[in-house]
Amino acid sequence: MFSFCSDPATLEGFQWMACYLTTGKHMSMYWAVGTVLLLLSITAPTALAFGFAGASAARSNVAPLRWIGKTYIAVVRGIPDIAFFLFFVIALDQAFEYIRHRVKCPDWQEPVRQGNDFIVCTAAKLPLGNAPQWVHETYGFMLAVLTFAIVFGAFAANVLFGAMRAVPKGQLETAEAYGMSRRQTFWRVLVPQMWVYALPGLSNLWMVLIKATPLLFLLGVEDIVYWARELGGAKQPQFTEYPHPDWRMWYFAALLVFYLCFTKVSEVVLDKIMAKLTHGQATSGGEAQRKAAA
Amino acid sequence: MSCWETIADYALRSQGIGERLLPRTDFTLCQQFTLIGSGMIWNVYFGIVALCSGFFLATAVAMGKAARNPLYRKPAEWFIFIFRGSPLFIQFFFAYFVFLSLKDVSTFFNPLTSAWLGALVVLFLNTAAYTGEIFYGALQSIPKGDTEAADAYGLSGWSRFRRVIWPTMLRLAWPAYTNEAIFLFHATTLVFFSGFPATQQRGDALYYANYFADKTFNPFVPYPILAGYFIILTLIVIGIFGFVNNRLNRHLPQDVRKKIKVRPQIIR
Repeated sequence: MFSFCSDPATLEGFQWMACYLTTGKHMSMYWAVGTVLLLLSITAPTALAFGFAGASAARSNVAPLRWIGKTYIAVVRGIPDIAFFLFFVIALDQAFEYIRHRVKCPDWQEPVRQGNDFIVCTAAKLPLGNAPQWVHETYGFMLAVLTFAIVFGAFAANVLFGAMRAVPKGQLETAEAYGMSRRQTFWRVLVPQMWVYALPGLSNLWMVLIKATPLLFLLGVEDIVYWARELGGAKQPQFTEYPHPDWRMWYFAALLVFYLCFTKVSEVVLDKIMAKLTHGQATSGGEAQRKAAA
Repeated sequence: MSCWETIADYALRSQGIGERLLPRTDFTLCQQFTLIGSGMIWNVYFGIVALCSGFFLATAVAMGKAARNPLYRKPAEWFIFIFRGSPLFIQFFFAYFVFLSLKDVSTFFNPLTSAWLGALVVLFLNTAAYTGEIFYGALQSIPKGDTEAADAYGLSGWSRFRRVIWPTMLRLAWPAYTNEAIFLFHATTLVFFSGFPATQQRGDALYYANYFADKTFNPFVPYPILAGYFIILTLIVIGIFGFVNNRLNRHLPQDVRKKIKVRPQIIR
């Protein structure tokens, strides 16, 4: 990275550290931070969409749809979420491959599940066996995103379901009195008003989502936890130009600080958004703001 | 091999008692039920010990955070912020590697690198921080009349805390504390997926569930079994805490008693 890094063996102190922290592998670790941020930025809207669908389904008039919505919300209760993460990654992968298998190889005779093996025809493999490495990594990442979206979608559905019920009844009754259909009431009255009630729950969820990102490691994505373990381990001089003892403790301390800062920054930003949204609202928060200003 | 033999072989496998080798081929439902159930021993152990010990530290932390003296308040605030603001998963990893380097200092620290003590310490501190925040919130909402009544009776210091503040705090915090207890039991599943090694494959329920899912490529059997066990555990926790809740509120009329409401659980 720096010009003085050409011969690491001669370096001392600060210079050694500067060179060590800018090696190619460390650059991959910094990119992994980008992976985490990317995951957050894709997952948050997707989970919100899942949550919205789940919450709308849960208050639907059609009974089967309502059951699906309620089950989706209820299933996250009582079970450790990490089990979901481990479950969904395999389950989704197999589901995709099975569908492709059905479509691409219709005349395949043998069963897909043979004892302990899950066998689909070569054309249905996901990603294809001859695909380049980056396709495999992207596919793994997309599976992780989908898993996160499903699990957090259930949390979000619960929050939004509560928020929809918190919208004052009078508002909906007024809409009905004006002759709006159920669909119109939902889109024009309920949805615009529910966000104030949903925001505290959603911001809490965002914090939780941040804290769940290290679980990416369990899904087989090369994230910061992976690199912290990889780079922190003791290194012998014959394998690397930067030998050092076991430093995993310091790498994880850095991760800990990273997450603490991230949480703190989110907290400050979300408080600001909340203050903006409550401004002028007929809620106790808005009332408190008005009194404080007066 | 009949199911009874399997149970005899594997029921205490997670404690290292019974058959050493885990099943490798021809997995039966009975094996999966028995081994995953055997792993639950660890989850229950971690959960109960961490809850019982964390309770006392949590009370101290809550009192510290509510104290006027910054000498008590600041450390308590930082303690809560660090443990609630960072992922438990990272805390496990960090703690494990700290314990590893402590091991080089003295053999006294050796047990800390094994899960039964090391992970327990992390869970203890973690639940103390979460519970401390709950108790602090409850302390803040103790009705003014209660403390004024205590003052009027001439109570002060320890007896005021013991007879008025503490019971009221518990009563107010109990529904939220129930949820915390449930989360804690769920959080115990992370132990063997972080740094802590499962020596001789003595793992918790999720460890065995994951083992079966990896071996059979079929996640649809072991994970639902695990889920079933955890739902039962959650129901037991709710039952016990509901009983305590009734006892804490036994002097109140039926309709003002606070009901325990189970909220969807959330990752830490």
